[in-house]
Amino acid sequence: MSSELILNAQKVTKTFGGLVAVNGVDFTIPKGTIVSLIGPNGAGKTTFFNIIAGLYDPTSGTIMFDGAPIEGRRPDEIVLRGIARTFQNIRLFANMTALENVMVGRHVRMRANPFEAMLRTPRERREEAAVRLRAAELLEYVGLGGSAPEYAKNLPYGDQRRLEIARALATDPKLLLLDEPTAGMNPQETASLTRFIRRLRDELGLTVLLIEHDMSVVMGISERVTVLNYGSKLAEGTAAEIQRDPKVIEAYLGSGAIGGTSTAPAGA
Amino acid sequence: MTLIEASEKPDRRPGRERRIVVYLIVVAVLVALPVVARELGISFLSSPKLLPIALFIVLALGLNVVVGFAGLLDLGYAAFFAIGAYTVGLLTSPSSLLPYHEMNFWVAMVIAAVVAGIFGVILGAPTLRLRGDYLAIVTLGFGEIVPLVIKNTPEVTHGVLGIAPIGLPEIDLFGFQYRWGIESTPWYYLVLIVGALSVFLTARLRDARIGRAWAAMREDEVAAASMGVNLVNTKLFAFALGASFSGFAGAIWAGYLQQISPEQFDFSVSIFVLCMIILGGIGNIWGVVLGGAILGGFDRILAEVINNSIRSLATATGSEFLAELDVVKAKGFILGISLVVLMNLRPEGLFPSGRRKAELHAGDESGVQEHQAKETLFDKADT
Repeated sequence: MSSELILNAQKVTKTFGGLVAVNGVDFTIPKGTIVSLIGPNGAGKTTFFNIIAGLYDPTSGTIMFDGAPIEGRRPDEIVLRGIARTFQNIRLFANMTALENVMVGRHVRMRANPFEAMLRTPRERREEAAVRLRAAELLEYVGLGGSAPEYAKNLPYGDQRRLEIARALATDPKLLLLDEPTAGMNPQETASLTRFIRRLRDELGLTVLLIEHDMSVVMGISERVTVLNYGSKLAEGTAAEIQRDPKVIEAYLGSGAIGGTSTAPAGA
Repeated sequence: MTLIEASEKPDRRPGRERRIVVYLIVVAVLVALPVVARELGISFLSSPKLLPIALFIVLALGLNVVVGFAGLLDLGYAAFFAIGAYTVGLLTSPSSLLPYHEMNFWVAMVIAAVVAGIFGVILGAPTLRLRGDYLAIVTLGFGEIVPLVIKNTPEVTHGVLGIAPIGLPEIDLFGFQYRWGIESTPWYYLVLIVGALSVFLTARLRDARIGRAWAAMREDEVAAASMGVNLVNTKLFAFALGASFSGFAGAIWAGYLQQISPEQFDFSVSIFVLCMIILGGIGNIWGVVLGGAILGGFDRILAEVINNSIRSLATATGSEFLAELDVVKAKGFILGISLVVLMNLRPEGLFPSGRRKAELHAGDESGVQEHQAKETLFDKADT
């Protein structure tokens, strides 16, 4: 793993009162890779995500992103530096249109202040037009071109997941955090989304960190897999190494999971 | 609808030309109203009746930014109205206790808006983490504190005696000179100008970057922050902007009345303005204007007109029951009943914004079925 690290988290710990949700986790992501974070429910995956995205401050530890420390920064500052995310339970702006949702994602790359908006200066108008166009392109890119004027809450489930990705892409991220993007999808949709995630990396040069329960997705596209269990790192390696690791099999995959096509483990 | 059409059609409003014609007609009617009323002798449409209504509409437009756009329930809005009025009073009144108090009215009006905006930030800063009911309680407290402070600092504000008289605005443009005075029609026009500007500016903000950030924050704070919206600045700006509208309105109110005292700015003002927004349709600028016109019209004009007709009916029929009826005294009762009925039948208000309507009528949308057919689009996007 000689390539440059886009994210380097060292000894990250997060406690809630007496509960240690994340316990001294070291975690790195090489630039341009797809990395997965797996583990049983309650293993601290989403907490770790939220620490990277700035929703939680870590109790201790450091996180370097693209050469600068980001731990303890506000979410909007972290987005500005180039990390965007989706949510496990879809959190779209339900009563805004699909297009407006993506335009909100563009917020952080816009310069216009309210006074320019009141005067509607030429620069502000150009920026609005450009953002509108860019948002429309992104909707097209994720396959929602025809849904621009629809309210987000009226979109079917799978489309909402894609809209969340489009909204995240609108922030021009370098690192995209996807929290269980295939949850609730049928196998066909899941396969389609898996291909799409690979496209994001190949076409847009994104680095992707994935939380995922569906082993077919994890094993299919991740260069590296990290397994969390009870807040600590249990194992790390390529998909193939993880699948053979006896500790992982015991804690998470279950003995029948070696085929690589199983869905969420029963013991989770 | 193709993608480009969709992206070039940002809203569902009618065409630009049609809109401008409608605006011009509305403005012409509003400008002509007091003159026509005076010529025809219709006293209940005279400018002393219209002015407070127009001023309340300006207040409602400002509060709409805070409550309707940003989703921050503010029950102490009258406090900023008071702060605006007292700033102008202290800066311009000959009886002011400030060392310097002969300021030009226009300058004082701008300062009043700025001071009110600063107080908006002062109220906003400690309430950043509060939402919904909790925020409402804190703002309610603020609304109570401001008149109390005014009442209890007579060494600055003259306390319950209030401040009078207030400086008057005058213009001297290219030889045209005018000084506002007792005549109320020019004051009404001044409020109209401020009201038109309020409509214009809030509409622009709603459709711009900041307006989307407000809407996103109102929908889901966590998601908004995760998309790069700075919650602190976005909230504080909403508070400051809403407050400065109120400050403007307060400045004009003080100049018009020539006499201000703390009891003019009590809790009922905040609630009345909030009712205008709720009745008209939260978040929809024209809904708010109409809500303000309806409530203000009832409060200042209609109740009295009804009362007078009942009086004449009573003398005509000799009915004692009718003679006892007093609609003006029952204004609050009628208002309350109407709001309860309205909230049950039309919780989104009379003229809701599309977004609010969608919010309150979740589930009965027709859009879902159309989308079943798009289920396979994602695969197409892949290829």
